Amino acid sequence: MHEMGIAMQVVEIAAASIPEHLKGSRVQGVYLKIGKLSSVVPDSLRFCFDIVSKDSAIAGATLYIEEIPVTARCKSCDHHWTIDGPAFSCPRCGSATIVLTSGQELDIASIEIEEKPIGDQETV
Amino acid sequence: MEIKVVRKVLDVNNTIAEQNRKLFADKNVFVLNVMSSPGSGKTTMLGKTIGRLMPEIRTAVIVGDVSTTNDADRLAKTGAPVVQVNTDAFGGDCHLAAHVIAKAAENFDLAEVDLLIVENVGNLVCPAEFDIGEDAKIVVLSVTEGEDKPLKYPLMFRVCDAAVLNKIDLLPHLDYDKNEAVRNIVQIHPGIPVFEISACTEAGMEPWVIWLKEKVKEKHV
Ligand SMILES: Nc1nc2c(ncn2[C@@H]2O[C@H](COP(=O)(O)OP(=O)(O)OP(=O)(O)O)[C@@H](O)[C@H]2O)c(=O)[nH]1
Ligand SMILES: [Mg+2]
Ligand SMILES: [Zn+2]
Repeated sequence: MHEMGIAMQVVEIAAASIPEHLKGSRVQGVYLKIGKLSSVVPDSLRFCFDIVSKDSAIAGATLYIEEIPVTARCKSCDHHWTIDGPAFSCPRCGSATIVLTSGQELDIASIEIEEKPIGDQETV
Repeated sequence: MEIKVVRKVLDVNNTIAEQNRKLFADKNVFVLNVMSSPGSGKTTMLGKTIGRLMPEIRTAVIVGDVSTTNDADRLAKTGAPVVQVNTDAFGGDCHLAAHVIAKAAENFDLAEVDLLIVENVGNLVCPAEFDIGEDAKIVVLSVTEGEDKPLKYPLMFRVCDAAVLNKIDLLPHLDYDKNEAVRNIVQIHPGIPVFEISACTEAGMEPWVIWLKEKVKEKHV
């Protein structure tokens, strides 16, 4: 529901991540990791991203979203598993003291920048 | 060319939330973030709760609201200082962000406050994701909502430290399986305390109020 705000943050962070010497190069892609427990809806985020990025330093970039499964580790027996239903206790020993090891991500992993043609490179 | 970034999208919010947490710790203020779907009874329940806390525990309230309702007026009747905030400051109306809390908290003399209650925007999705610098989060669910709400909004029930099941006075009139609702909550978050209350009749209020008082006192020792 707050995809617009998220999209604004993504664009801001991505634009700020362009290294100084590549300023002005086209950003082709922005790579996000979104945990399945997160409430962000990938399709609406892409929609908002396209609107917000249009007039920014990363105009024309495509948003790539990798969805991260929810995984957990049992503190009692060290079992590690993927949670794919609404059950948050250890399937091996039944313990409820578990830690979520993934699934809550909302991270920017990387951006893909077009290499500048050789002739464009400034001399240092 | 790939440039590694590796940053949390909510970095800005998380940073401000940490600043809030530090400020509240310095001032010895316990912060409770109250979340629920719209109309589950947060304001009613908080009014009754504050009545039982004051004056022993000096309480202040921040109410987040999408439009102007009279939540702030209703809570001000308890004698607690209340600030109402609008929530369209972060690209949406769906949650309170950390900077909104930082700004709203400026309205209080925090040295005179033991407990700051934040009534978040009625929404089971977005508020779960936004740290505001609170010490505890609770979710209020009412028996007029589906028993399967916890299964549909697992993150909310995962992140909360307690759940309040409200409006139990209505149970005789409803075809609602309370035990199934509690089972679903505990399935998502094993061990979470669940308080069954009626904010209207005040049935079941005592265990909830005791839990909250304990939490506040833990921070003060
Ligand atoms: N029967 C019954 N009704 C209740 C109870 N608690 C609240 N209500 C009613 O539920 C309605 C909504 O209550 P509020 O306290 O405004 O709920 P809220 O969660 O603050 O609502 P929003 O802030 O708009 O999301 C009101 O009509 C209340 O009188 C309860 O324990 N029993
Ligand atoms: Mg309310
Ligand atoms: Zn185990």
